[in-house]
Amino acid sequence: MTALTLDDVKEGQELPPLSYDVTATTVVLGALATRDWRPMHHDHDFAVHRNGTRDIFLNTPNQAAWFERYLTDWTGPRGRLGRMRFRMKGSVFPGDTMVLSGVVRGVEVDHTGCGWAEVDVALRVAEQTCTECSARIAIPVSPEDNPWARRAERWRP
Amino acid sequence: MSGVSDLSDLSDLPVDVAEMIGRTQYEEAGEFPVERGYVWTSCSSVENGNPLFWDDDVASDVTGGPVAPPTMLSVWFRPHHWAPGRERVAQPLQVHFDLKERFGLPEAVMSDNTITFYEPVRPGDRISTRQVLQSVGEEKTTRLGTGRFWVIDVEYRNQRDELVGVESYTGFGYRRTATT
Repeated sequence: MTALTLDDVKEGQELPPLSYDVTATTVVLGALATRDWRPMHHDHDFAVHRNGTRDIFLNTPNQAAWFERYLTDWTGPRGRLGRMRFRMKGSVFPGDTMVLSGVVRGVEVDHTGCGWAEVDVALRVAEQTCTECSARIAIPVSPEDNPWARRAERWRP
Repeated sequence: MSGVSDLSDLSDLPVDVAEMIGRTQYEEAGEFPVERGYVWTSCSSVENGNPLFWDDDVASDVTGGPVAPPTMLSVWFRPHHWAPGRERVAQPLQVHFDLKERFGLPEAVMSDNTITFYEPVRPGDRISTRQVLQSVGEEKTTRLGTGRFWVIDVEYRNQRDELVGVESYTGFGYRRTATT
């Protein structure tokens, strides 16, 4: 099991990329797992003829789940998300190979002693950026530290 | 100075809109308690093997018991596709639609979306939401058309009224620029 600590994290560091072949099942499963019943995420005919898109496409809350998985694959279970900011630029369709990549933009320990990494994650299909995400994730400052134990004033996401 | 420009922003707003800023609106409870079945369906949909969600010993060690993935925040509030006796589905972000109507702006886009995570969400929690309009900008013309930007926060709280997360949306309501 990965157990990243803040010492392992440096500004400019790149996270290992994740590549995934998206199918119609990926899109539909993702939509239902996020309780998003809107037809453009499961009905090909609706997506093409009403939305004018090429096919059904990944919904935003499911993309958030992909970003979370990507970040915690890197940190291990003690990594705790504080904040995520999204900018949607394009859609992800069945047949696409999506690639998630990430770069550490900053590392800090806040005034409560909590360690943080600021990471820019991009979701790309064929070199086109579909979604950008800036994430702030808490990472243990030592092997004994656990960001999940923080509450109230000691948790400043 | 930002204080001065904030004041002029407010004075440019109709009184009823200025009064909406900072006020809690559309407080609503989710239709079902947080449950692990959905947690596993969600993790499975993105092949998330984080042991926090699959291994009770790890969950107990790290988080004092099972938690839901933070990014599932909005899942706990999405209404059932159908429910007996229901006549109308609550609109997520009703404040956004209210502002479009108030300013007579037929089109709108969301330019960005930030989620901040606070207390962990745990199986059995009952999540409720409320909407708070944070700001409305002056009239502006962008390449889309003429309209206004606004920022709406959706706050999520558990049954103990603890804040579990805030989603902040920047919307731009506009009217397309007439082309000749």
